[in-house]
Amino acid sequence: MAEKLLEVKNLCVSFKTRKGVVRAVNNLSFSINHGEVLGIVGESGSGKSVSMSAVMGLIKDENAEVTGEVLFNGEDLLKKSDEELRAIRGKDIAMVFQDPMTALTPVYTIGWHIREQLQLHSNISDKDAKARAIELLEEVGIPDPAKRVNQYPHEFSGGMRQRAIIAMALSLNPKLLIADEPTTALDVTIQAQILDLLERLRKTHDSSIIIITHDMGVISELSSEVLVMYAGRMVERSTKSSLFAYPQHPYTKGLMNSVPRVDRARTSRLETISGQPASLLNLPSGCAFRSRCSSAHAACTEQPVFTADSNGYGAACFLLIEGARS
Amino acid sequence: MSNEILSVKNIRKIYESSGGGYGRKNTVSALDGVSFNLVQGETLGIVGESGCGKSTLGRIISRLDSPTAGEIIYKGNDIAKKSLAEMRPLRKEIQFIFQDPYASLNPRRQIGAIIEEPMRIHGVSKEERRTRAHDLLEKVGLDKNSYEKYPHEFSGGQRQRVVIARALTLKPELIIADEPVSALDVSIQAQVLNLFKELQDEMELTYIFVAHDLGVVRHISDRIAVMYLGKIVELGSVEEIYNNPQHPYTKALLSANPRIDQSAKSTRQILTGDIPSPLSRPSGCSFHTRCPIAVPECSTREPDLRRIGAVDVACNLVV
Repeated sequence: MAEKLLEVKNLCVSFKTRKGVVRAVNNLSFSINHGEVLGIVGESGSGKSVSMSAVMGLIKDENAEVTGEVLFNGEDLLKKSDEELRAIRGKDIAMVFQDPMTALTPVYTIGWHIREQLQLHSNISDKDAKARAIELLEEVGIPDPAKRVNQYPHEFSGGMRQRAIIAMALSLNPKLLIADEPTTALDVTIQAQILDLLERLRKTHDSSIIIITHDMGVISELSSEVLVMYAGRMVERSTKSSLFAYPQHPYTKGLMNSVPRVDRARTSRLETISGQPASLLNLPSGCAFRSRCSSAHAACTEQPVFTADSNGYGAACFLLIEGARS
Repeated sequence: MSNEILSVKNIRKIYESSGGGYGRKNTVSALDGVSFNLVQGETLGIVGESGCGKSTLGRIISRLDSPTAGEIIYKGNDIAKKSLAEMRPLRKEIQFIFQDPYASLNPRRQIGAIIEEPMRIHGVSKEERRTRAHDLLEKVGLDKNSYEKYPHEFSGGQRQRVVIARALTLKPELIIADEPVSALDVSIQAQVLNLFKELQDEMELTYIFVAHDLGVVRHISDRIAVMYLGKIVELGSVEEIYNNPQHPYTKALLSANPRIDQSAKSTRQILTGDIPSPLSRPSGCSFHTRCPIAVPECSTREPDLRRIGAVDVACNLVV
């Protein structure tokens, strides 16, 4: 389809370590259309951040191996040189990281950060760049932007820094914004402001957003489609509404039941997923979730294929394959 | 009340910093007159955002830190001014659980030694230490052979179980837990929360549970104290606080919490502005700078926590 902005095909990322090969991302395939918000949810070590770093071409380690295709507007980003990637990063694809405390250089002003971004990708004078920086700060809701633009990161609060980073990311109207846990380090009332800001900016800039989070609530606030990852694989993909109403994969179900929810009646016990998340160093054969799954059976010793409908929605679980057959 | 275990009265904590320059001192008022009671066997949840003083409050009640003023009546005795030596026997009864299970276990000691240490300090015999450590490992759901392992062999959730086992060694009555599940993954968080509840039922523990996650606090608590800039702004039962919040800050906090079920989405109320710094607390009601219903009077008149209906609220405008 022509409208696909980003299409990831069979992405695999592995790292050689002293203890063996860590398969961080396994055969990940998904796509995102213009103006869409895709949420990627999963626990630590599920591969959600690594896969996005791979998409951005940020995995440079000599022990890392990245295979597959990352088609951005039809061009494979994995085949591009560093120089070609630099022209795309920041301009067409921008990224917002989790920790606003470490994403800014403490010795430069907020305005410098935004100006650098602008001047790297376009021929724009210092004066115009500064004016644009003030405009952007105003757009993300920073009060008194003309004064704030000359301040240093330590003079900003956590929420304001995250706003400044979002302003930087949006400075060149990127087609795709990748936000890796953008609100995890923030307080609830500030998180609500940032989520609201992202939604507003998506509408005005018509950007697509990929938001990575472990928080089902954040996913639910923002995204239209959701991808659930476990142990480096996509286990379920669905629209937001059907994911929350009819989760298909046992892991998704378990994950949703184990969150203490404010919008549901209180129970004396939370349902849990037994055991620990699978170690990527020695993944069990077959379905990685098998050892924690209450519906595991003989067939699960093989890797289940991801069964999807025509929209690409579905899950990787034998129960569904068997359910469809009978 | 006959079975009241703890009564905190008008606790204040002022920290001094040397940040003023030219020898001037800045003072940070971390807690500004906090009072509440706690009944044996109940769980009080303390919620609030960064800098509201919730962790300071936990540290002061467990006397890891001393209050500047106020009383902490534990079982009829004021422990607010007790010396370290005087506190020592009480440490058996009041235990503290920290947020980060990676930082609170000594990496060079075996799990068994870690769990036995409090008992060693309090003079429990070697054999009894060993049996109790093994019992506790089992109780918190860890394998018996964990005894000889080291912390790095465990995941975050398992480590937090070790920390809980250690806190239980001296049969405490009051456990103060500061964000004990926020460093854990969701599926593991649920396991640890269930463990907290099971242990409470079994050992009649009283909990003070400090957390920022509104879902977690609601799940575990009987009563909830909502804090903002060093004060309790609302205190009441879980049902009242979540179903019928009175203070505008409680309302905003609940409405800001991302909801999974979007179908029942009510209009979201988003607070403007940042949380003010405790270094320069606003005059009057400290929430007035962000409050959607503030009137001019709020910037001068400081509201007291008073009973309104079923809850205690500190707001000039709630009647």
